[in-house]
Amino acid sequence: MEVPILKQGDFLIATIQAALTDADLLHLRTALLQQVVRSRSRGVIVDVTALDLMDSFASRTVQEIVHMIRLRGAETVIVGIQPEVAFAMVQLGLTLENVATALDLEEGLAYLNQKSKTIS
Amino acid sequence: MAEVQEEYAAVVLQAEPTSVLLRELVAHLRQNRTQLREEWARRITEAQLLTAMSKDEIFAEATSVYDNYVEALETETFEALQAYARNLSERIIPRGVETHEVVGIVLLLRDVLARSLFAKYRSDHTKLNRILDAYEPAANRIANTVAVGFVQERERVIRQQQEAIRELSTPVLQVRERLLILPIIGVIDPQRARQLTEQLLHGIRANRAKVVVIDITGVAAMDATVANHLVQTVEASRLLGATVIVTGLSPEIAQTLVNIGVDLGKMNTVGDLQGGIEQAERLLGYKVVPIVEAS
Amino acid sequence: MEQEIRVPISSDKNIVNARQKGRSAALAVGFSPGGTALEQEIRVPISSDKDIVDARQKGRSVALAVGFSPGAATLIATAISELARNIVSYAKSGEIVIQALHGSPRLGIQVIARDQGPGIHDIKQALRDGFSTSGSLGLGLPGVKRLMDEFQIDSRENRGTTVMVKKWKQ
Repeated sequence: MEVPILKQGDFLIATIQAALTDADLLHLRTALLQQVVRSRSRGVIVDVTALDLMDSFASRTVQEIVHMIRLRGAETVIVGIQPEVAFAMVQLGLTLENVATALDLEEGLAYLNQKSKTIS
Repeated sequence: MAEVQEEYAAVVLQAEPTSVLLRELVAHLRQNRTQLREEWARRITEAQLLTAMSKDEIFAEATSVYDNYVEALETETFEALQAYARNLSERIIPRGVETHEVVGIVLLLRDVLARSLFAKYRSDHTKLNRILDAYEPAANRIANTVAVGFVQERERVIRQQQEAIRELSTPVLQVRERLLILPIIGVIDPQRARQLTEQLLHGIRANRAKVVVIDITGVAAMDATVANHLVQTVEASRLLGATVIVTGLSPEIAQTLVNIGVDLGKMNTVGDLQGGIEQAERLLGYKVVPIVEAS
Repeated sequence: MEQEIRVPISSDKNIVNARQKGRSAALAVGFSPGGTALEQEIRVPISSDKDIVDARQKGRSVALAVGFSPGAATLIATAISELARNIVSYAKSGEIVIQALHGSPRLGIQVIARDQGPGIHDIKQALRDGFSTSGSLGLGLPGVKRLMDEFQIDSRENRGTTVMVKKWKQ
């Protein structure tokens, strides 16, 4: 299951549309990094609204994505974590420390706009 | 000596099995239905039981219970009585009838009937003993059936009410656009804590909240389990994209949080609810204003 | 499961109550929400990351069929995901067995994760938060324990590991 990555202005938006296997997640990580470099994006939104759960591997991978993209000078925000998913995550001890989160795509864009304004 | 008695008992049982005695008993209770029923209703009023009900209601109910009682004795089956007891409980529980009243009236009926048996068989002690031996186990079982039926129904009502209270006791309030307040008052058990988290997380999504103020001024103490739950609630809210401010943290609860290893520096805490709301507004203003200007 | 359930009807609240009781009675007898009997255990062989997704999705549908809330079903599916992941990471292959529990008075779900892998050398240590031998996983077993109500583990070195977890409907 390939995750589509769209470019919108200075930002990239990756929208996960169904349950992902580990391989899919690793593929997403590689694809996002390549595209951030190629398109010189300043921000990335990963939309996980459609994900029905995030286990330890998914959380780790998301964290890695955020850190690696930060090394490339861009910000990432994770949007759309569902209430049930969030509750299961914290029970497992997965809190996505140092990862920015927002309610949905709109909020994610607002966050990134805000971020790039304070930087420049 | 003992052998002789046993032999005697065996002879008696052969001559008059329990069912025959019960049949005689039932006939007696049918014959004297009006008088015994009235006597029972009088004793109920005298003992100040079922005070929530009128005299007529007591008499009507007494009649039904009496007939069901006699029927249970006659058929030696308790299903119909059980169903009646459940139905009766459903009707009288909302009117505030207490367990001791229900047990009390059944024991009174037992007493009224036993007295009438004494009166009838006064002259024949052997017969009286035998009829009481047949009557008492059945009467005990009836009393038991009715009392258990009532208590079960009461427990069901209490469970329902607990659920309703629990829902009411965790109000998620929207005070301003994007700002939710969750005032928690009273004792939090793990079940309430779980429900609270669930409601808050769904409230955040439904109201598109960016900041949540959880006020625990009204919570005196928290055990480690519940404190852990509070921390998880804060973390889960953040995963949805909302910032949580905790207000009214008592020194005792702060100590509990530290004891279970929570880094209070990572938790956003403000002394009181007012200060919390002010900080929430600053957070919202800081984030909202530039977006409005940009568009 | 012999007795009848009576629900007095006098307001709209009773209607909800009645249909909920009807549903749980049907589920208790072993019907799935679709109406088919839900008696058998479901076995999912685990040997790749695709199987992890398969196992947790099946676990979720059994949980919903038993009558768990979507929130609780997510907790159960997440636990299954972690258990299946342990199999793939440490033992390469094994199986997940999911079964609905209809024992009265409680309804629940049972998940068994079984492998013939290297086994866990120090179970106590493996159950402590933050422990990981492969480096790729952080919180596996203690996390699973928190997500579920009951947790049992049996592991022998070079013989394999069996983890059995249960969750009861509140």
